Amino acid sequence: MLYQLEGSQAVARAIALCRPEVVCAYPITPQTHIVEGVGELVRNGQLKNCQYLNVESEMGAISVAIGSEAAGVRSYTATSSQGLLYMMEAVYNASGLELPIVMTLGNRAIGSPLNIWNDHTDAMSARDAGWLMMFAENNQEAADLHIQAFKIAETLKCPIMVCMDGFILTHAYEKVDLPEQEEVDEFLPPYKPAFSLDPESPCAIGAMVPTTEFMEVRYLAHLRQLEAKTVIERIGKEFGAKFKRNSGGLIRTYHTEGAETVIVAMGSVLGSIKDTVDDLNQTSGGNKYGVMSVVSYRPFPDEQIREALKNAKRVIVVEKAFALGRGGILSREIELALKGLDIEIITVVAGLGGRVITKTMLAEAFQQTKNKLIFLGLREDVIQQEYKTVLDERRA
Amino acid sequence: MSSLTMGNRFGQNTSVQSSSNRPNTLTSGHRACQGCGEGLAARCAIDAAYTAAKGKIAVVNATGCLEVVSCSFPDNSWNVPWIHSLFGNTAAVASGVAAAFKNKGQTDVRVIAQGGDGGTTDIGMGCLSGMFDRNDDVLYICYDNQAYMNTGVQRSSATPALARTATTMPNSQYNGSDPDTGKNVPDIAMAHGIPYVAVASVGNIHDLEHKVAKAINIRGAKYIQIHCPCPLGWGFPTAETIHIARLALKSGMYPLFEAENGVLVGSTPIEDRIPVEEYLRVQKRFAHLFGKNAAPENVGILQEIANRNIKKYRLGGMSDE
Repeated sequence: MLYQLEGSQAVARAIALCRPEVVCAYPITPQTHIVEGVGELVRNGQLKNCQYLNVESEMGAISVAIGSEAAGVRSYTATSSQGLLYMMEAVYNASGLELPIVMTLGNRAIGSPLNIWNDHTDAMSARDAGWLMMFAENNQEAADLHIQAFKIAETLKCPIMVCMDGFILTHAYEKVDLPEQEEVDEFLPPYKPAFSLDPESPCAIGAMVPTTEFMEVRYLAHLRQLEAKTVIERIGKEFGAKFKRNSGGLIRTYHTEGAETVIVAMGSVLGSIKDTVDDLNQTSGGNKYGVMSVVSYRPFPDEQIREALKNAKRVIVVEKAFALGRGGILSREIELALKGLDIEIITVVAGLGGRVITKTMLAEAFQQTKNKLIFLGLREDVIQQEYKTVLDERRA
Repeated sequence: MSSLTMGNRFGQNTSVQSSSNRPNTLTSGHRACQGCGEGLAARCAIDAAYTAAKGKIAVVNATGCLEVVSCSFPDNSWNVPWIHSLFGNTAAVASGVAAAFKNKGQTDVRVIAQGGDGGTTDIGMGCLSGMFDRNDDVLYICYDNQAYMNTGVQRSSATPALARTATTMPNSQYNGSDPDTGKNVPDIAMAHGIPYVAVASVGNIHDLEHKVAKAINIRGAKYIQIHCPCPLGWGFPTAETIHIARLALKSGMYPLFEAENGVLVGSTPIEDRIPVEEYLRVQKRFAHLFGKNAAPENVGILQEIANRNIKKYRLGGMSDE
């Protein structure tokens, strides 16, 4: 059924449709409306049979989810930015313990300087934590990805982070088609844990592992990530067949057929990119530009990306994070996927700390051929001024 | 540590440990040091909890000595459902386990969280306070050996004044851990107003078992702190663990008491009180207080702490004026 909803509310309702039994809430902007929404659904009885815990920190939130998932029930939490870093030790722990927790990450910059607005620095900090990570392009996909997320996570016994851009999605009102409870119940069966804390059949979870087995444990986790590519694609297709919507999967392409230049990005910026590409194609009267969305960032779908981009001459990666002193993060992964192919790769770092990304700025960046690394909308005058001061001080 | 003869003869005084039906929740073969007070306390506490809860328990363990010695892959010494997640999040993981059992309608399964003093009073304090605040149905047991033993005896907030640790080494300027530092976590637990708080010791197994058995069937948040002498960290012969624990009790350095809903409801009176010096002299961690150049007022600082304990927790006894 169609609703006009705030992104956070859409996600809260999607979560409720998945019948989690434990939800832990700790506020952090811009994720807060989601856990508020789930709390409201628990309190008004729409989400039945669910324990809702107000915890004392993000470390508490993820740890409660670790405990409840280990005791065999479906568990959910959400966070953003500093919150993700605060819980990071337990983020690694959850994947190591093979607990299929679902967590929303309302993407936000990381300080200092303190900044509450959107970029992907938080998500990038967790890229090697052993979680699956999927990026929603719009609120419809954010809702849909959560419903898929429980199924994917529980199939693989691996936690999953559903990333949605803070404010741009979490606080935006859009039309969202939410499925009925019976449909979701058909798609997502009740959680059957592979192991759990059970006095009838005691087991020990979380042993210390010596050098003789540790590498094997990590390698098996690596294989699980590789296997996840098949599972994510399959469950995306299942979802599409049942709900008649194309959400999820590993990647999505838009007019890439015959395109010389393909723009690659993750999350909500894809909307502006597609509009820009449409304009450019229309002006040039051809199909010079195409777009590829990375939906699954972990696992990273190298083969699918290579296949989708192999005929391009130029790939422009628009990313909302970068490695200081190094450059694009997503760009390096794309580069690795395209290794050996004669394709030029350009990095456009955009939208850090919520900096506005306009179609004009994007169009300019897509048409330029001079620079391999662009910081979109960077105020050169400020940099010149400040950098000059720094150099002067150093000389003195 | 238990006498079958005595235990069997006086029916109501039989300890879980002296029973032939001892559940053996922490079984032999684990890797604890000889004379380990924590291993002893854990076996007594979890056996008592298991017996009182008719076998329906689940245990969450903090990183630390107890975890390392009992569950090193592929070995496991626990005969109960057991999980180790991290060092500082044990109380929160236990809250999650309790929430799951509650939602499944299995409130007969009693949840225990356990950790050392570092994992409890320092790095685990935030999650512990959250668990108390929500009054989650968890019994948290802190095995207090008064320093970070697993990492090589560094100071924790449970380290007593003037004790030598690897990070509070005495020299000509310093006398071990600074006086006027440290925190009283049983008092902090009481300040949360939770249903039950108790302090126990491996020097009094019957009392320890009694408190755990009582706590395990109370609904809501419970906290028990158990004094566990550590031969390696404190510097005493491995056969002396119980003796040292009893000296702590007799001197007033470790008051045993119970509190309900934030109010002190009972304490174990000291019957044959000893000067603190008798407790200190047998441990190398206090040896610097008795050397050739030691200042006598330092022992006085610790004696004053014991005196305050005796008054505050009403340990009575003949020496208590």
